[in-house]
Amino acid sequence: MPMVNIAGKEVEVDEEGYLVDLSQWNEDIAKYMAVEEKVELTDSHWEVVNFLREYYAEYQIAPAVRVLTKAIGKKLGPEKGNNKYLYELFPYGPAKQACKIAGLPKPTGCI
Amino acid sequence: MSDMDEMDDGSGIVKKFMFLNRKAPHGTVYALEGLEVVLITAAFDQDVSMVFTDDGVFQLMKGIDSKGIEVKDFSKTYRALEGYDIEKLYVDQASMDARGLTEDDLIVDVTVLSVDEMANLMAEQDVVISF
Repeated sequence: MPMVNIAGKEVEVDEEGYLVDLSQWNEDIAKYMAVEEKVELTDSHWEVVNFLREYYAEYQIAPAVRVLTKAIGKKLGPEKGNNKYLYELFPYGPAKQACKIAGLPKPTGCI
Repeated sequence: MSDMDEMDDGSGIVKKFMFLNRKAPHGTVYALEGLEVVLITAAFDQDVSMVFTDDGVFQLMKGIDSKGIEVKDFSKTYRALEGYDIEKLYVDQASMDARGLTEDDLIVDVTVLSVDEMANLMAEQDVVISF
């Protein structure tokens, strides 16, 4: 699988650019992935990215977007737990793009 | 608009799906693949039940440590099922007894069924998929 050099460190990514080894993740990698996805990271983005990392640590999967939306609503409030808010942050799919930036694998069932 | 209405009618069909898990969590890929299929099925708003019987009950055991065999421990993922609106989890009483397990040994809340109750539940299903 392809290797990319991120901030002086060689990391392995899969054919779609997702990080292979979750434990290698750091903020430099998040920023690199964000540039790849043409997303400019703000505090609101980080909130979702960090939420996803916590979700993965707890359940060992990347959630489907429907599940992510619901879980964010529960934790961060209904004004954030909706498709409009999340798609504004991650226009090409919150689960897909935010997972990539968070260093998670592509969500199960995400085509 | 009438076309749209007809499509809505078609997509509203809900069938009863049972996913039957019979194998130990590691050693074969069945348990993990079965779990992934269930997570994907959740997107279709069907009536989904998961059943754990025979060595399949080990899939739900607390405290699994798979580091020694260098594979991912996905047992925590069963706890995510609730968020996917999959809340019907059943285990077979005889399989639990034979392995010295009780509900307290399991990572999620389940309903324990006798052989007869399990047979009735299976008979109600539209589709039974075995892993």
